[in-house]
Amino acid sequence: MTSTETRPSTMIGRSVLRREDRRLLTGAATYLDDLELPGCYEAAFVRSPHAAARIVSIDTSAAAAMPGVIGVWTGADLPEIAKGIPPKVVHPQLRDVPRMPLPADFVKFVGEPVAVVVATSRYVAEDALDLVEVEYDVLPAVSSTGAALADGAPLIHEGADDNVAVHVVQTAGDPAAAMAAAPHRLRERFSVTRGGGHSMETRGVAARFDPTTEQLVVWDTTQSPHYVRNTLAHLYDMPEDGIRVVAPPDVGGGFGPKAQFYGEEAVIPWVARLLRNPVKWIEDRRENFVATMMERTQVHDVEIGFDDDGHILAIRNVFEHDQGAYCAGLQVPMITLSTLPGQYRIPNIHTELIACYTNMVPTSSVRGAGRPQAVVAMERMVDRAAEHLGMDPVEFRRRNLVQADEFPYRVGLTFRDGSPLTYDSGNFPLLMDETLAAFDYSGERERQTAARAEGRLVGIGVAAYVEGCGLGPYEGSRYRLLNDGTILVTLAAAPQGQGYETVYAQIAADALGMDMDLIRVTTGDTGRIPFGQGTFASRNTATAGPATLQAGDEMRGKILQVAEAMLKTSAASLEIHGDRVSVADDPSRSVTLREIAGAANVGKHGITLAPGILPGLETTVYFAPERAAYASGTHAVAVEIDPETGAIDVLRYVIGHDCGNVMNPMLVDGQVLGGFAHGIGNAMYEEPFYDETGQPQSTSYLDYSLPSSMEVPPVELVHIHTPSPLNPLGAKGAGEGGTIPVPAAIANAVEDALRPFGARITSLPITPPKIVDALSTDDLDGTGPWHG
Amino acid sequence: MPDQDEPDWVDTVVNGVRHEEVVDARTTLADFLRGRLRLTGTHVGCEHGVCGACTVIVDGAAVRSCLMLAVQADGAVVETVESLTDDSASGELTPLQDAFSRHHAVQCGFCTSGFMMSTTAALREGPVTDEAQAREVLSGNICRCTGYTGMVAALLEVGSDDQH
Ligand code: FES
Ligand code: FES
Repeated sequence: MTSTETRPSTMIGRSVLRREDRRLLTGAATYLDDLELPGCYEAAFVRSPHAAARIVSIDTSAAAAMPGVIGVWTGADLPEIAKGIPPKVVHPQLRDVPRMPLPADFVKFVGEPVAVVVATSRYVAEDALDLVEVEYDVLPAVSSTGAALADGAPLIHEGADDNVAVHVVQTAGDPAAAMAAAPHRLRERFSVTRGGGHSMETRGVAARFDPTTEQLVVWDTTQSPHYVRNTLAHLYDMPEDGIRVVAPPDVGGGFGPKAQFYGEEAVIPWVARLLRNPVKWIEDRRENFVATMMERTQVHDVEIGFDDDGHILAIRNVFEHDQGAYCAGLQVPMITLSTLPGQYRIPNIHTELIACYTNMVPTSSVRGAGRPQAVVAMERMVDRAAEHLGMDPVEFRRRNLVQADEFPYRVGLTFRDGSPLTYDSGNFPLLMDETLAAFDYSGERERQTAARAEGRLVGIGVAAYVEGCGLGPYEGSRYRLLNDGTILVTLAAAPQGQGYETVYAQIAADALGMDMDLIRVTTGDTGRIPFGQGTFASRNTATAGPATLQAGDEMRGKILQVAEAMLKTSAASLEIHGDRVSVADDPSRSVTLREIAGAANVGKHGITLAPGILPGLETTVYFAPERAAYASGTHAVAVEIDPETGAIDVLRYVIGHDCGNVMNPMLVDGQVLGGFAHGIGNAMYEEPFYDETGQPQSTSYLDYSLPSSMEVPPVELVHIHTPSPLNPLGAKGAGEGGTIPVPAAIANAVEDALRPFGARITSLPITPPKIVDALSTDDLDGTGPWHG
Repeated sequence: MPDQDEPDWVDTVVNGVRHEEVVDARTTLADFLRGRLRLTGTHVGCEHGVCGACTVIVDGAAVRSCLMLAVQADGAVVETVESLTDDSASGELTPLQDAFSRHHAVQCGFCTSGFMMSTTAALREGPVTDEAQAREVLSGNICRCTGYTGMVAALLEVGSDDQH
């Protein structure tokens, strides 16, 4: 033992194996549908089969009379909760339309719930659904942004002139003048479709009301338990302490849609309260396809202006965003708006959003959240500009990158957190260099030339991005010294597979200067910590992380202060080893953490605390970042196209990634690799298809393909670490970077492969039929109407 | 508690324990295992036979318990994820489970039981020795979280071992 500083070797930055794994591997985990709720009833929802209709009448009598059915309720039966669910992210100009938990008058999308059946089992509840008679007066529906914005389009919501939800323009510099004066201008229109979150566990809610304590306990697969509690308190007109929302310790994936609030989450606890009996609803996959929010299609009209040397002078992007039938939040298009310029120094920017209502399920964030679309618009145009000048696309990029000494870099736009879009830190040229070195860019170009000589269609694509992450407003962390001498760390945020129980114990271990073994992390329960925001926007390491660090530091101070009083010495000479606090030069003088808890937390009934002993060792810290942090990444890919089938074979894929300081490299790699698989789905496979009447056409995994181990290619990772100056951990976000530029990178590579034919890729995902089409179009010289 | 008028018997051995139960003819094996026997390690992700989260081993073969009725397991021997390890906290993980953890092949874990059972069945048939074969074995199940990289590594590590 040394007599100098003896805090244990640092845990932050180590690939500690996950504490969660054992229960997950042995089938012992507890997901929502595994909770023991004796006597629990099960619910099923009657859902609209029409994309737009007036509800004429609903007859629930036959269903209610069925044996095993406990009750059936329509929106008209539940006037107490007939309130609009407030959108999560708004804008002053948003034309908001109330989204009712169970609408009583109109349905606006297929899958919208109109009645709930509660029965002794889900089987019975589903039988009863067939007996609920709903008469609809079907109305014309709108199922694309183009149709919604067309002259004379049917109005999704009465009382408006058009279907626009919000129209926002942001500019930097003087884009109109700069574009007009630019020596070269190119324009293109891209349609970018993304799909759903498709967490393997669907949504679910269970609730139990205890009339004695007037407590409503709600178990919810949500990413944001505090948001659910606050929304329920508002809808139910109940004090928030009367509602306890718990995300079970195991939630089977989130990816964005589970961070939203849905009508079902308002209905189920309410009927559990009415019935004085637990009720649960587990979404089935068919419901998930029609009623869980997703991202869908954005259409981007983008124009780039540049000079002979390949300097970008101006970018102008006007995009339509499909908000769905209601605005659950504007986060996705607002993020798209500001993600456009990416890693490039662009003096003149015009970025314009037209979000419109359609008759489809509302849209929400899905891993990547509006960023992949912006990156497609930007990175595709960068490739086009390079092609126009006959310049290597990497060289073109290098000439425009924000340089390492330009941080903090002000883009001139506003990010969705409300702060000026200011990149906190990064090193884009280094990221590009390291990524392309690992990719062996020049070698790949040589191999491409050789392959082309053999008549093979090989292409290379590069795409770079900047990701606003680590969003505010705040996140919290609470420490308590338990009476058994261990430390309990409580986070407000709820995990869905990110390994919080492990990584926050690592941070706490370093903050406390204690062994991880003595620290347990618990999450996602509004009864244990009063305030919180949730898991979204790759924000937690940069918000809950610093909160955990700071609170741990305070907790260490308190423990040492009590030990100091107990040992009658000075805290400066105290050390913590294992479960013991001892005097540095006289280890025989020590107290255990259990003894400290006994003195400070338990005390002696009615006896005055001894001097220096703090009453009750707990501490809570909420960390509020001053603004968003910005992670960045550069992806490089080589593909080969089969001209007969249009199939894309990914030959190589390298991901360069900078998410600042890393708490657990293994977990960060896992986030990037998982995000990458999602990006592959977005680039090539996933497409939620609706017909012109608003009927969803892909409602099973037979029609909607999620990538399996055969579709996700091997990938190589390159990391650089530019710490964020905005939080004491230097952390940024890691959850979405693997996804964001994949569609752009693949599209660039595919168009590069098809360059000998001048074929154009303007629509994502890139499916084999689109490639075959692109190869057979007349416009093979690349000088179609959008060029020049 | 029977939901319908046609109760049926199922007599099956699950994880070494014999169960004789009355079930509705339409109860799926997945719901029977989860609801009746409270073996909740078997998960239901799609209920239409694609995701593989519900995979269990019936008479030695990996099957999707969402597509099979409980009554079809009459007379059969069923193994679920709970059979792989004894359930004390100190019970040792199998080499496959251990490799999944070390290679970070588990995130949310919802798919994990299904992967455990389909790979266990595959490894009983023979070794898995190269990446293409590993990906083939894994391709019957969907994981939304991990991107499969860790699973491929874990399966290759364990699958090429002689003990299997
Ligand atoms: S739940 Fe059985 S295959 Fe998906
Ligand atoms: S670990 Fe979440 S679906 Fe596989």
